[in-house]
Amino acid sequence: MNTDTIAAIATGLSTGGISIIRISGDKAFSVIDRIYRSRDGKKLLSKQKSHTIHYGHIVDDETIIDEVMVTVMRAPSTYTREDVIEINCHGGIVVTRKVLEAVLKQDIRLAEPGEFTKRAFLNGRIDLSQAEAVCDIINAKNDIALKNSLNQLKGRELEIIEEIRDNILRDIAFIEAALDDPEHISIDGFSGELLLKVNNYCQSINRLIDSSRKGRLLKEGIKTVILGKPNAGKSSLLNILVREDRAIVTDIAGTTRDTLEETICLNDITLNIIDTAGIRSTEDIVEKIGVDKAMRVAREAVLIIYVIDASTPLDENDEIIFSLTSDKKAILLLNKSDLPPRITVEDIKDKSGHPIVSTSFVEHKGIDELEQLIKEMFFKGDLTFNEDIYITNERHLEAFRNALKALNLVKESIENNMPEDFYSIDLMSAYEELGKILGKNVDEDLINMIFSEFCMGK
Amino acid sequence: MSYVFDEYDVVVIGAGHAGCEAALACARLSLSTIVFTVSIDSIALMPCNPNIGGTSKGHLVREIDALGGEMGKNIDKTYIQSRMLNLSKGPAVHSLRAQADKQEYSTAMRKVMENTPNLIIKQGEITEILTKDNKVIGVKSFSGAIYHCRAVIICSGTYLNARCIYGDTVHMTGPNGLQAALKLTDSLKSLGVEMFRFKTGTPARIDKRSIDFAKMEEQKGDEKITPFSFTNKPEDIKRDQVSCWLTYTTPRTHEIIRANIDRSPLFSGDIKGTGARYCPSIEDKVVRFADKDRHQVFIEPEGEYTNEMYISGMSSSLPEDVQIQMYRSVPGLENANIVRNAYAIEYDCINPAQLKPTLEFKNIEGLFSAGQFNGSSGYEEAAAQGLIAGINAAMKLLNREPVIIDRSQAYIGVLIDDLITKETKEPYRMMTSRAEYRLLLRQDNADLRLTKIGYKIGLIDEERYNSILKKELDIINEKKRLENVTVGASKEVQELLKSYNSAPLATATTLADLIKRPELNYEMLKSIDPDRKHLPDDVIEQVNINIKYEGYILRQLRQVEQHKKMENKKLPEDLDYNKISGLRIEARQKLEAFRPVSIGQASRISGVSPADISVLMVYLMQYNSKEDNKSRDNNKNG
Repeated sequence: MNTDTIAAIATGLSTGGISIIRISGDKAFSVIDRIYRSRDGKKLLSKQKSHTIHYGHIVDDETIIDEVMVTVMRAPSTYTREDVIEINCHGGIVVTRKVLEAVLKQDIRLAEPGEFTKRAFLNGRIDLSQAEAVCDIINAKNDIALKNSLNQLKGRELEIIEEIRDNILRDIAFIEAALDDPEHISIDGFSGELLLKVNNYCQSINRLIDSSRKGRLLKEGIKTVILGKPNAGKSSLLNILVREDRAIVTDIAGTTRDTLEETICLNDITLNIIDTAGIRSTEDIVEKIGVDKAMRVAREAVLIIYVIDASTPLDENDEIIFSLTSDKKAILLLNKSDLPPRITVEDIKDKSGHPIVSTSFVEHKGIDELEQLIKEMFFKGDLTFNEDIYITNERHLEAFRNALKALNLVKESIENNMPEDFYSIDLMSAYEELGKILGKNVDEDLINMIFSEFCMGK
Repeated sequence: MSYVFDEYDVVVIGAGHAGCEAALACARLSLSTIVFTVSIDSIALMPCNPNIGGTSKGHLVREIDALGGEMGKNIDKTYIQSRMLNLSKGPAVHSLRAQADKQEYSTAMRKVMENTPNLIIKQGEITEILTKDNKVIGVKSFSGAIYHCRAVIICSGTYLNARCIYGDTVHMTGPNGLQAALKLTDSLKSLGVEMFRFKTGTPARIDKRSIDFAKMEEQKGDEKITPFSFTNKPEDIKRDQVSCWLTYTTPRTHEIIRANIDRSPLFSGDIKGTGARYCPSIEDKVVRFADKDRHQVFIEPEGEYTNEMYISGMSSSLPEDVQIQMYRSVPGLENANIVRNAYAIEYDCINPAQLKPTLEFKNIEGLFSAGQFNGSSGYEEAAAQGLIAGINAAMKLLNREPVIIDRSQAYIGVLIDDLITKETKEPYRMMTSRAEYRLLLRQDNADLRLTKIGYKIGLIDEERYNSILKKELDIINEKKRLENVTVGASKEVQELLKSYNSAPLATATTLADLIKRPELNYEMLKSIDPDRKHLPDDVIEQVNINIKYEGYILRQLRQVEQHKKMENKKLPEDLDYNKISGLRIEARQKLEAFRPVSIGQASRISGVSPADISVLMVYLMQYNSKEDNKSRDNNKNG
């Protein structure tokens, strides 16, 4: 079986404040030694006893990323029966990711879906009677992973990946056709052309990496919807939340903006906030479309912020909104506390179990309280964001990075004047890496391309 | 009337390139062997191109030689021109090709066969494979004679239900008008063997005296030649070489083809067999690559003492009257006289997925097969399989371990693994791009890769074995020496570097590091390496390659390690894939049909995903543990 070293976030990313990153395999100790620093900077975890836990910091290029507790476990008394390191991060999600990135930089790879379990089984850690269950886990996780992988790529991104793959395959086919039939096909002078092409592929992949990073923030944020009757102060709330210092400017095309949507970061928590049309029963067709849409996004939301104008009495429209929040996480804002109140906290307390905050957007009151409340809900695990998106994204990034690495080797071979047959080896691995994102195997692709594009043979 | 005629260990059906290697291997391993051929005069016949080797095929021939096969030696005896192709490319794709004197090639092989102890050659057609309880017990010939045996190797080439076609002219014969074998297919079908129908083709042969060579480019052989066989030195087989000639088709040629395309049986639907994309007929090329205004045509001699010339690049099944117009539209062939017409040939072969890696049928014990019968194309591919089938038939009868060459060891391994794992839909041709570890599988190191295996089998003698051990040692020692000898930035060194346009040294460095520079090599450093001992050329070649491409070679070696781990996970023969619930349906069906021998092989079957492989590994683990318990229990009870 594969004995390479793997790593992944082993806990859910958002429950509680602590996440565990697990590293398993024979390089686990050398990896942790490179990125762990004890308080006095002298302790090497590879020299520590098995099943001990150590306080320290994780560094990336000597910059401290997080304060951590690291558990050291030696084979075979571990979950996978390999050397295992578990890094307990408590600096929140963004930091956990940075730690994972620092780990993956050490020339080890992200675990495949279900791979820790698979290794645990193959190394005899899990009872044999569980084989079927293990198979199901592997299969289910792989199915989900592939589905997510394709779902997360926008049409244009998919096209670009396909295009790069197709071009790379064409380059390989040309080289291989010429190697196999040198008397009919000549590749003299191709290396110069190929260098330009490979540079283009690298640029495209770098752009994909960028958009993948940005897109992730957009996609994985907690879907938050601001609801309320017209003029309750919804847009003011959005404007206040989207202060310059935490608004994320995204330049990704194709984002649906027919409802106003903004991505913000409250500390480590990403929120995708959607402002909606005010909800009231109406005959106006245009307005009705807006209202229907607001109700639809409210049903898909993870968090609803319901802005209530405290200076006007409740009516049947409020009843509708309350019913929308009934099976959701929601926060009620009793707004316009600067005006004479017509509704009090007591009036609405019994209508739902949701927390209530008194606010005045004009006087900027209650905003800190709201932010604090959101943070608490998140760390208690009441709010979760889509972890799969993060994982999938990390997989894409890994594949992109590996493809880049392979393409850089091609460049190196060209610059060193290596013969053409050396190029196709690394071109092929770039092709395979990009294929992983699409869930595609290589099989007979090359042979088919050679025969369809080049006229060869006696 | 049928009657028992005789008894042998092994019966080989067919004496083409596969049959010869198979029969020789068995006989040389001391098994009494009889080989049947429809015509004694057609032993090791080359009915199509007059050459041996070429890209990746040259690798196969050298591997055959390193394992103790005959093809390399035979072509060295009978070549009339030799070239190393791809010399400007990396060493992994340097490929040896030789033009053969066809008649001589056949005669020389016949001589070897006739003088090999334990080997009987017999003219006759085998019509039936005799089995008992799914096990081979003998064969029956057309005349009713029964030959009992313990193993049969079918190497029937393109002869089964063969049909030669050009235009609407059909001959029910094998190649060159030789008698076809019309009965064996039925016998195989009744044994449950799944058959395919493939096609291939050959161009016309033209009388040399009718060709105007002044209109063509001459192609000479290499001055410094490399023998195919590792037992020969270049000077042993040096000879005057004959030339080949290059010309091109013209727009007029393409016009003639297009105007008559409806008369080609390939396009009219008369030919049902599947052809190789690798050797398309000229009409195929003109139709599929319509934007190309010309195609290359190589004129190759069929032998030293014949006027027949082979028109490579223009195989065809167009009618005779079109053929003559077509060939005569090519510069230099305006007055060509056709000696033999071009034709397409259709024949029966098997779905090779029915074979084990030993080339024995999964469902019929003792029945082996090799060559075009297995769905491959080419003399070299056939010979390689013939050798492996012969060796494994012998290993079986001698109660010895089977010989399975891995993909990471040789092109032969890639060839056989592809045949039995991929869903072959056309005649399979070897290509360098099919070998994922090709940096390791070079033609120059075939001896280092395989001679020891050949020795263990018993086809390589003590002397060759010892010389390969010595060669290995010489290479290691010399490489080590070069890695340890440092040279400083002396005037002599800097001047030498300057003379090869190589950057001057800033600090001292090893000779090995200098050899790594693309513009330098081992030979060039002679003057600054006074301690150098005299070493044979083939040792120097290996040292140079191993140092120069070390980084790439190490990377491939690491990949091979991973690959081997998967190959070593054997799958039980009786595994019921339908019962493994975690597998996707497509994977279950494919695995059930192919019945791979290892997890590694399973992973190469199309339709089996990485997740399926994980599931299979988990299942295998559970299965093995159950088997362990069972055998423990049995031991307790016993």
